[in-house]
Amino acid sequence: MGIFDKIFGKTKSSEEIIVEEKQLHDGLEKTKQGFFSKISKAVAGKSTVDIEFLDELEEILISSDVGLPTTIKIIDRLEVRVARDKYLNANELNNILKDEIGNILAENNTKDLPSFLPNTDKKPYVIMVVGVNGVGKTTTIGKLAYQFKKAGKEVLLGAGDTFRAAAVDQLTIWSERVGVQIVKQSMGSDPAAVAFDTVQSGVAKGVDIILLDTAGRLHNKQGLMDELSKIKKVMSKVIPDAPHEVLLVLDASTGQNALEQAKQFSAATQVTALALTKLDGTAKGGVILSIADEFKIPIKYIGLGEKMDQLQVFNRQAFIETLFE
Amino acid sequence: MFENLQDKLEGAFKNLKGQGKLTELNIAATVKDIRRALVDADVNYKIAKEFTDTIKDKALGENVLTAVSPGQLMVKIVSDELTQLMGGTASEINIKGNPAVILISGLQGSGKTTFSGKLANHIKTKLNKIPLLVACDVYRPAAIDQLKVLGEQIGVEVYTETENKNPVTIAQNAIAHAKQKGQNVVIVDTAGRLAVDEEMMAEIYNVKQAIQPQETLFVVDSMTGQDAVNTAKAFNDRINFDGVVLTKLDGDTRGGAALSIKYTVNKPIKFVSRGEKLIDTLDIFYPERMSQRILGMGDIVSFVEKAQEQFDEKEAQRLQKKIAKNQFDFEDFLQQINQIRKMGNIKDLLGMIPGVGKAVKDIDIDDSAFKKIEAIIFSMTVEERRNPDILNGKRRERIAKGSGNTIQEVNTFVKQFDQMKVMMKRMQSMGMGKR
Repeated sequence: MGIFDKIFGKTKSSEEIIVEEKQLHDGLEKTKQGFFSKISKAVAGKSTVDIEFLDELEEILISSDVGLPTTIKIIDRLEVRVARDKYLNANELNNILKDEIGNILAENNTKDLPSFLPNTDKKPYVIMVVGVNGVGKTTTIGKLAYQFKKAGKEVLLGAGDTFRAAAVDQLTIWSERVGVQIVKQSMGSDPAAVAFDTVQSGVAKGVDIILLDTAGRLHNKQGLMDELSKIKKVMSKVIPDAPHEVLLVLDASTGQNALEQAKQFSAATQVTALALTKLDGTAKGGVILSIADEFKIPIKYIGLGEKMDQLQVFNRQAFIETLFE
Repeated sequence: MFENLQDKLEGAFKNLKGQGKLTELNIAATVKDIRRALVDADVNYKIAKEFTDTIKDKALGENVLTAVSPGQLMVKIVSDELTQLMGGTASEINIKGNPAVILISGLQGSGKTTFSGKLANHIKTKLNKIPLLVACDVYRPAAIDQLKVLGEQIGVEVYTETENKNPVTIAQNAIAHAKQKGQNVVIVDTAGRLAVDEEMMAEIYNVKQAIQPQETLFVVDSMTGQDAVNTAKAFNDRINFDGVVLTKLDGDTRGGAALSIKYTVNKPIKFVSRGEKLIDTLDIFYPERMSQRILGMGDIVSFVEKAQEQFDEKEAQRLQKKIAKNQFDFEDFLQQINQIRKMGNIKDLLGMIPGVGKAVKDIDIDDSAFKKIEAIIFSMTVEERRNPDILNGKRRERIAKGSGNTIQEVNTFVKQFDQMKVMMKRMQSMGMGKR
């Protein structure tokens, strides 16, 4: 962690940490009520993992969008652990469950990030943002730009969504709000050309981080997915290993289709990180677990509101702890 | 020549006899599969359970007299119930009023603005009215611009007040504007909001109170998961919407949210939306298509439908009696062959049964065996067909000539027919015993 701080500036103040924890706590309040408080209830006063409890656990997990295969996996693991370690009370069973859910996230390279800043000496560091329509790509870019800027980085945005009405305007407003530069062309222009221009301009300007927006697209539209591959490829003509990060944005309220999204976007662009948005709603975010279980893509950011500062780095421990509080 | 015949008849007979009634036991596995399919399609866990349990209870004891297994029949029953549940009464959009006001609501990113554009175009081109779009999303950057661009694309005026941050007065002013301009349908696009955001929910409630819309629509992303129930319920409790719009159906989601929402709030699904283009991407809701999409067992359903079309229950009972009394004759036999044929190519039929499809792919099932049999039976007199026992040497010789077969072939056929009758009777008594 020390290295990060040396490269990318100061650590968070304790005040900032308190604000973030409160946000996460508030945002996850609803999630928690629907999720783990039920487990405590189910487990209260029981000394064995009986079928009734497992049924209840299944219901809780499925109702949180965890999905059947992962739910079954968690239950199986829980049974194995209980058979081996035994447990004395609800607390202990909760801990075992927490452990196993944490393991699933850990097995998927999801690490606790010390800060928003990428661990890199690449300059500019290029992040391409992809996802289906309406998940919050542009908002996430605005929030990320805000964090990078706050950390003292030079940021450049690329308005790669030239398709949706007023998408360029939306990103432009964000760039003004945050106070970062933007590369844009008119609506309907070739997004690959915008991507090329953005990276080239970023190199010329000597910026630290480039964030490229792309139009939302459904992952089953081959033509649009091919376009995305092309956008990605064109950036490597300026910087051979760009983009350094492909961030897939997922909506927390999405059900099992999120798995297909992760699969298809990975196929088209080799997704390297996930952002989960709208976790401040009633959606449980359990989809994180099924994706973690199936793909080796780390979860990096979570969105907890529409305000500029309502984005957080994903912290596995904090996430699970908050859920279990 | 008759190699396959016995197997085929055995099959046909089994079909006729069916497997009795639906019981807890013989549909247990299927009910589990159905529940799993629903949950995989993002139908709410509790609803999937409740829905299948209710239908199961209703279906128990139902006769399985046709060509299908109890499980297959159960799938068909669930599919029908699903269609019925999601359909219900027809649900035209209400544009009566001067002007009629339509309020659009939903979560962030569900597709409200795009839908507003599509609806305006639909009203203009299909219903021949003059719509006015109203931009009440005063929060999201460039949301107003987005609606303006869409309005331009379809030639519909967009009412905006860039300095005004109060959606209530914007909507009210827009209605006054429409009255003045003679526009007869006002579509009010609003900001996306989470059901737990008390302030924002109060805002849309206030907008609704102020403008008293003819239609309040709840726009929902068809990819929504288990949370669809909570969100729909919260919105409905607060603004009592009239209908649901399902968006992004051009994706590959199975769309279980549609069932969850209908089940929870019992409001009709008025439109489905697919694609980002504004023209011809809005459709009325077809419950049957949606139920197939959610359940994903279309092959079984169409198999059962075909079977149900072809097999007549009374006829089946009549035949069972005949077999029991050893009165099964050539006419009954002919009928059987026809029924099998009506269901289509045997291989295709088998192929429709999940799991069997691959197994029969490489087996050559020859339908032409039937032709020879038919020729022989057609060359018999009616009396001969009804009384197989009267077939003496002379009659057989005539039949052979008439049907273009050798007398040996006719003899073989008659012999096999007799054997079959015995076998069928035995099978039936076995089956009876089981029941």
